[in-house]
Amino acid sequence: MRVNGKDVGTASPITLKDLILNSGFREDRVAVELNGKIIPRSEYANVLLKDIDCVEIVGFVGGG
Amino acid sequence: MIPSKDEIDDALCERHTAEVHDAIKKARIGIAGLGGLGSNIAAMLVRAGVSDVVIADMDTVEISNINRQNYSVSKIGSSKADATEEVLKSINPYVSIEKHNVRLDRSNIPAVFKGCGIVCEAFDVPSEKAMLINTILEKCPRIKVVSGSGMAGFGRSNEITTKKVFERLYICGDGIDMEDVKGGLMSPRVNICAGHMANTVLSLILKGDI
Repeated sequence: MRVNGKDVGTASPITLKDLILNSGFREDRVAVELNGKIIPRSEYANVLLKDIDCVEIVGFVGGG
Repeated sequence: MIPSKDEIDDALCERHTAEVHDAIKKARIGIAGLGGLGSNIAAMLVRAGVSDVVIADMDTVEISNINRQNYSVSKIGSSKADATEEVLKSINPYVSIEKHNVRLDRSNIPAVFKGCGIVCEAFDVPSEKAMLINTILEKCPRIKVVSGSGMAGFGRSNEITTKKVFERLYICGDGIDMEDVKGGLMSPRVNICAGHMANTVLSLILKGDI
């Protein structure tokens, strides 16, 4: 699958939540698009990703 | 002497051209958070001719804010929504300001920013930034979001950038958390990021993209 513009091989089926955590993000500090559609945080654990999926994860940092 | 509404409009038309001023004047812009980013973005946009503003913040001005936020010491203890309204009215007395002295959450965000074409995310806590952005992208299909993420420290002016990351999400900043930067939040770099954000808003108003 593609994650933030790069091809990523995952060994086994993976949930969106695990992909977010494995990619070094915290799930309360991101916005995520799956194939161009925003995914609500409440769905991260339920979405099972496929090889053809394209995921964009944007993380936010403190300060303002 | 305070100029009339027409005199202010004429001056802005002369500076920016009538076509540009008319577009800017019609836009309804929301600002979520009135700290270092939001208080400065609001002032820049009203100077540029934005005349229909929704501002929201639940905090009061504190002495620790003065190093970067657009408030004077005389406003310590005032609500940031009230203090920002006063600043904006001092720039253009005829600007329409809808102020919300509330904590923004998933349930009230769509109503607070109803009718806005663009909302600036100007919070400081990352989970709150994510909450606001996700809520608007999920629930408000007509609103574009301009977010600030990473503006602490000094120097490295050119490392603050503007990027379109989703169809309706633009992010300004350097992506580095304030906890990881020597010096913490300081006025010049916060203003550089606020400038990127206000400039992105103008660009979205005038050409629909950056």
